[in-house]
Amino acid sequence: MESLDILLFQFILILSGLLLILPKRMLHTYVLLLVAALIGISSYWAISVIMSGEEITRSFFNDFWYNVPKLTIDALSAYFILVINFTILTGIIYAKGYMKKYLKDKSKLSIGLHYFSYLWLHASLLQVTMMRDGLSFLLVWELMALSSFVLVIFEGEKKEVMKAGINYLVQMHVGFLFVLLGFMVVEQSTGIMSFDSLTTYFLSHNNFWLFLIFFIGFGIKAGFVPLHSWLPHAHPAAPSHISAVMSGVMIKMGIYGILRVLTHVQSNFLEISIFIIVISLVSGLIGVILAIYQHDLKKLLAYHSIENIGIIGIGIGVGMFGMVVNNPVMVMLGFSGGLLHVLNHSLFKSSLFYSAGSVYQATHTRDVNKLGGLIKSMPITSILFFTSAMAICGIPPFNGFISEFLIYNGVFGNLSHAGYGNSLASVTVIIGLALIGGLAVFCFTKVFGVAFLGTARSNYRNQIEEVKESMWLPGATILTFMLSIGFFPDVYVQSIMPILYNFPFLIIDNTYLPVLSETMASIGKANLIFAGIAIVLILLKKWQQKKVQVAIGPTWGCGNTGGNFKHQYTSTSYADNLRESVAPLISYHRDYKSFETEEIFPDKRVFKTHTEDKIEKKLLIIPINAFIKWLPKAGLAQTGKINHYLQYPIWFMILLGLLTLFNII
Amino acid sequence: MTALILIFICALFFPGTIGKTKAILSGRKGAGIFQPIKDIIRLLKKGSVYSETTSVIFQYTIPIYLATIVVAACIIPYENFMSVISFNGDFIFFAYLIGLGRFLMISSAMDTGSGFEGMGANREAYYALLIEPAFFILIGSLAMFTGYTSFSEIFINLHYTSYFSIMIAALAVYILAQITLVENSRLPVDDPKTHLELTMVHEVMVLDHSGFDLALIHIGTALKFSIFGGLIANCIIPTGMNDIVKIGMFIMVQFTFAMGIGLFESFRARNKMVRNSEFIINLSAIAVLLIFVVMILNHNI
Repeated sequence: MESLDILLFQFILILSGLLLILPKRMLHTYVLLLVAALIGISSYWAISVIMSGEEITRSFFNDFWYNVPKLTIDALSAYFILVINFTILTGIIYAKGYMKKYLKDKSKLSIGLHYFSYLWLHASLLQVTMMRDGLSFLLVWELMALSSFVLVIFEGEKKEVMKAGINYLVQMHVGFLFVLLGFMVVEQSTGIMSFDSLTTYFLSHNNFWLFLIFFIGFGIKAGFVPLHSWLPHAHPAAPSHISAVMSGVMIKMGIYGILRVLTHVQSNFLEISIFIIVISLVSGLIGVILAIYQHDLKKLLAYHSIENIGIIGIGIGVGMFGMVVNNPVMVMLGFSGGLLHVLNHSLFKSSLFYSAGSVYQATHTRDVNKLGGLIKSMPITSILFFTSAMAICGIPPFNGFISEFLIYNGVFGNLSHAGYGNSLASVTVIIGLALIGGLAVFCFTKVFGVAFLGTARSNYRNQIEEVKESMWLPGATILTFMLSIGFFPDVYVQSIMPILYNFPFLIIDNTYLPVLSETMASIGKANLIFAGIAIVLILLKKWQQKKVQVAIGPTWGCGNTGGNFKHQYTSTSYADNLRESVAPLISYHRDYKSFETEEIFPDKRVFKTHTEDKIEKKLLIIPINAFIKWLPKAGLAQTGKINHYLQYPIWFMILLGLLTLFNII
Repeated sequence: MTALILIFICALFFPGTIGKTKAILSGRKGAGIFQPIKDIIRLLKKGSVYSETTSVIFQYTIPIYLATIVVAACIIPYENFMSVISFNGDFIFFAYLIGLGRFLMISSAMDTGSGFEGMGANREAYYALLIEPAFFILIGSLAMFTGYTSFSEIFINLHYTSYFSIMIAALAVYILAQITLVENSRLPVDDPKTHLELTMVHEVMVLDHSGFDLALIHIGTALKFSIFGGLIANCIIPTGMNDIVKIGMFIMVQFTFAMGIGLFESFRARNKMVRNSEFIINLSAIAVLLIFVVMILNHNI
């Protein structure tokens, strides 16, 4: 007997077909209804799992499939389901305003297909977290890649969008191949292709190599450096709500996959933890450094996703390292920090993408160097961007600080009375995290200062207006959520802890839990004190300003009263300080025509700079180009002449004859 | 609470002492050590001029900036005088609060749309990202040495038992003193006494702030000095003394530190801007040295 919830779940998926037929105006409301229903059902499962602490199992479409695939929801899945649902909900609300512009130009089918894929992306994301059987997992994993591909190429008539989309699709399938390979190794050895049989495999084999295969497969989805190169292309190409969902939750499916594999790992903790820590530190640093050099608002945010995936990875790696050094507190802090950062990143990153999308719709450009002064015409969007930027830098009183604090705290706690190698690893993590934090502040002060403050750096084509409420409401909701995590972190950290019981091998110190919640409560209290003092000072300022004379004048220009907007710092000049130190990562090009010696009346000159990701270039573009050059050589035999083609069978016969003659075959 | 009050008291005379020392060393009589406070009081009563380019960010960031410094001051204990806020890992919160203040300052500087202020803001962000690791490694090595992870526990348990462990105190004080100079953009990173736009980092960021806002910024700077002075005092004053003696010693240390800065600034030229990053990264290297000293003392190597 099937239960009602799974029937409803299946029914919604079938109903999604209607999206391709309905008239344009009804599409959004309809998809909102369906998404809301999916959210309702899956959140109900997730919450009941977290409340009761027991797994839920449902059989799925059991009348259709070869072997009844099961949806299994445990605490880890439940957590990811809740993260997915929140961002998907804000995304679809945001889409109402964002898609309005396209309703006129786009055909009914293309809009219908977009919403259809959105629903299926949601469904496949949910199912990825629930499927344990290898084949079903691969199926929904593929479904996720395909539906997001359709979403990315929404503006496929633009050449660069299509190119980014294809790039994305290809890279996803490379990742798919590795996940498949991982499952095949497991099946070869245990006979069952499933996550559950991983335990059996790991008990009798070296754990590192299979973990590595899975890590590459899932790491491409997550965007760890050097597997990151799809992210900065796909995110700017996609519509903003899609970028938000992809960056906010879809890349986290890579993290989910890695965590799911880790729940079965039995030994080789040292190699695995060091591997994760190193690759995460590299991802974090390189992600943020590359972000500093981007002038496309959405590309910059895409690189920050890589950085944050790095931070999540550091958390997981630190937790695993705690296993190695037998430090349960470090295990708890590392894993809970990583997991909380999954939620945190999905919040501030989606909010940043919504703001970036609003800016794009209002100004028709994503080039930071052309923006400026937006805070006066778009105050709500700007403030939402400002607060999310602070959150992503890990600054209190926002949520990003809480997760970074957990990781830091785990590492610092480990330092006391630790051995040589152990403390060296911890110090490396601390330096890495501190640098990532500082660089993130550098990057976000740059982008906020240049794009939203000061005056416009170019003439906007039209009057800039604040976006409609459906486009800022999601950001405002997220802001409230972020502040609630910042001010009441103990509640959230306590609800994350049950997930750790999901990892059977983890050593957990239950006596530390109350200490941790006390620490978290003190952070909340400290944040409240801070907010109190800030409010008092602001009120003091207001009171003082009423009594004195307040004048308005031009910005002080040191005698230069031209008021030229070109005097302002740009994104390029802001980032220039760092250029020499990051030269190994970024190639920097200037395009200009130099002056001739006898050029008395020079003509108009153009000066352009652009930067390039050296890792992507060396690792992908150069080998691929070499490969493409080599490919025609494989076509040597394909001459197009029929007499040549007739020769080939004859040569083949002769070869066979020779081979049999010498008893080779 | 005592620690907080002590920090506030020391903030009153800290900038003035630096100024007085520099004046005497350059052969002038100089203003009294409370002159900066009198300036602040005068500024608090003054009206303000706002640039027409500025927005709501400019209006609210400075009060919030001062709030970050005040809360940061609340985290600093003085040995057994507990701080107002104390928990495991409070120094992480401390460092990130300073970071929040910096984020706000930079934003308000960028809000004016001035090239000068953009330059200052950019450098502030750059130096801050370079100095952050040094602070974390320093505190990390103290955490390693004592085995605790909050300011109060670390400083209560910071005993220099062996002759060699004095080295930790020496290195820690050196690093903290240099961090203070970088945080407040003093010599050799930046010269606050030059004409406005020649001062390349901190002062140039506040060119358009006036009246109440400027007063709050000066209060923040003074507090920042005495906060780091307080950390230094915690590092060198031995524990287990009479409370009155302790309070006296705290003020003495702060006073000496202020005079030391004055002395240092009198005989030191400003670095070339391009050399600054090197100078700041060196601090992290010295901090790593400290980690190794602690490892040797803890018999980890």
